Amino acid sequence: MTKRILINLGLLFMVSGLILITSCAKKSIISESANAQIVTPEEKLLTAEEIAKQKALKNKQRIREEELKQSTSKKRFQNQDIYFAYDSSELMPISQILLREKSAWLGKNSSINVIIEGHCDERGTTEYNLALGERRALAAKNFLIDLGISSSRLDTISYGEERPINTGKNSAGWAKNRRAHFVIK
Amino acid sequence: MIIFFKKKYYIIIIINLFILLSFSNAFCKDYTYININNPFIKKIPVAIPDFKNRTSKEYKIDYGEKARQILVNGLSFTGYIKTINKGAYIYMPSKTGITKQEINFKNWTIIGAEFLITGVITEIKDNIKIELRLFDTFKENFILGKIYTGAKSDIRIMVHRFCSEISYYLTGEKGIFNSKLVFISTVKKNKEIFISDFDGYNPKQITHHKSITLSPSWSSDGQFVAYTSYVKGNPDIYIQNLKKQKISRIGFKGVNITPDWVPNKLVLAACLSYSGDHEIYLLTIKGKIIKRITNNWGIDISPEFSPDGKKIAFVSKRSGTPQIYIKDLDTNQVKRITFNGNYNTSPAWSLDGNRLAYIGVGKAHNNIYVIGTDGSQCIQLTNNAGNNEDPAWSSDSNLITFTSTREGVSRIYVMTASGDEQRCLLKLEGSQTDPEWSLVNANN
Repeated sequence: MTKRILINLGLLFMVSGLILITSCAKKSIISESANAQIVTPEEKLLTAEEIAKQKALKNKQRIREEELKQSTSKKRFQNQDIYFAYDSSELMPISQILLREKSAWLGKNSSINVIIEGHCDERGTTEYNLALGERRALAAKNFLIDLGISSSRLDTISYGEERPINTGKNSAGWAKNRRAHFVIK
Repeated sequence: MIIFFKKKYYIIIIINLFILLSFSNAFCKDYTYININNPFIKKIPVAIPDFKNRTSKEYKIDYGEKARQILVNGLSFTGYIKTINKGAYIYMPSKTGITKQEINFKNWTIIGAEFLITGVITEIKDNIKIELRLFDTFKENFILGKIYTGAKSDIRIMVHRFCSEISYYLTGEKGIFNSKLVFISTVKKNKEIFISDFDGYNPKQITHHKSITLSPSWSSDGQFVAYTSYVKGNPDIYIQNLKKQKISRIGFKGVNITPDWVPNKLVLAACLSYSGDHEIYLLTIKGKIIKRITNNWGIDISPEFSPDGKKIAFVSKRSGTPQIYIKDLDTNQVKRITFNGNYNTSPAWSLDGNRLAYIGVGKAHNNIYVIGTDGSQCIQLTNNAGNNEDPAWSSDSNLITFTSTREGVSRIYVMTASGDEQRCLLKLEGSQTDPEWSLVNANN
């Protein structure tokens, strides 16, 4: 019986002690914060908000940068034509470098399918240029296939000399028109 | 003897009112006055005095003068007939008749006319009757005469039928007058197919694909035109039945281009690339492959059958540059024809079977050449006046139509097979390319 009373008393002390301790601690916190009561919590709140904001901003920026990177590389993929010599469908060394870049991008963007257009300058004859244009598109396609891009993702079409990109009737204009152009489906 | 032509034209041609008057040589069809394939041909001088008009003057349009002008232009188109200027004629129109008995042939031989054509016009409401007679002035002979009756709107058809008769009498060939011209013209940045009379008159748009359309080719009977169009995205071959307004498509993977009909059959050759290589195939009108004609890595394109259908000319890059080859379809032998220059394409076989017209692409200009089918006697017909492309022959092998950029925009031209008298055929809006004459009147 006495044992039980003792335990109860002990518990009482402990509880009251705990209460005392916590109340003291509370007091001390309050007293500590009392000096900067007006500024600190708000500041703390602000920084937390800011941090969150900044984080969000950074995230956004990162996404944007990635998107930008992605879109510039996408744009580059679409806009960077590869060029050919007169009456030729052979890939020049620079074209091979560009095609490696294109194959890397296609590797990263595996859901994308592409139409490769073959074009010619106006100097040859219409019918022959239809065939030559297709040869140019096929040369680019086969190079990409050799680099591991699935042929099912690559279609070709020849426009011969029907769709010149440059209307200049000089060697610079013609050079711009002898091209393989990449269109995302 | 009465021949009824298509009722559509309301033309009744009454032949040979004058047959008893004519001399036998006029009907000896083996006899040919002139060889129109001679490049140094002297033009035949013809006199055509004003036509007489037997109609009262209540009609406003002078159909006599109209018919005469159509006749003068039609004969001039042949390239071997010239009409002597009216100013040189020494005769009294009121006193000169239209039949042999009424003509003083000396009046015509003295101004150098070898032939004389007289005409009489009678207008009957909306119809017109035209009597035309051809005389040999030196022999003082009546050669042939015809009476045509039809709607006034068909005056060109009637007069051109007489041009055909003259052409047949002089050369043994009916000439180009019943032929139709097919060509490509740009319409709002698209390319569409048009058909006109042989001389570019009455152009009518026959496709409305709003797409790129190329390389039209007539079937021998003039009923079908085959061509390439991008209307469904890919360059496919379309076959258009002109009478039934039906169109069918041949669309293998890759390009389906440069169709050419086998003479007198509804079978065609074309370049297909579904195998990954550009080869020429023989196809049924429904697009079923009959057989492969070429078998060589490299571009093989632009098939063109010889008129007898036994040989095929085409362009191949098998030697490294595009050149023209002929394959004998019986022996399967292939022979290279062009050796000058490093870019020769677009062969067109003359209807007499002896020559090919083609394009030689030069550094600055594309020019048209004609070469014997054995590779000999190559002559250049155009001389660096713009770019000259798409040659095609008339059915009498006397004329070549082609396109040229000599006046800036691409237009359709015509010249004799020796390169003389190069002239623009028609001026439509936009630019025109790919002309080809039908063998017969496409409306027959």
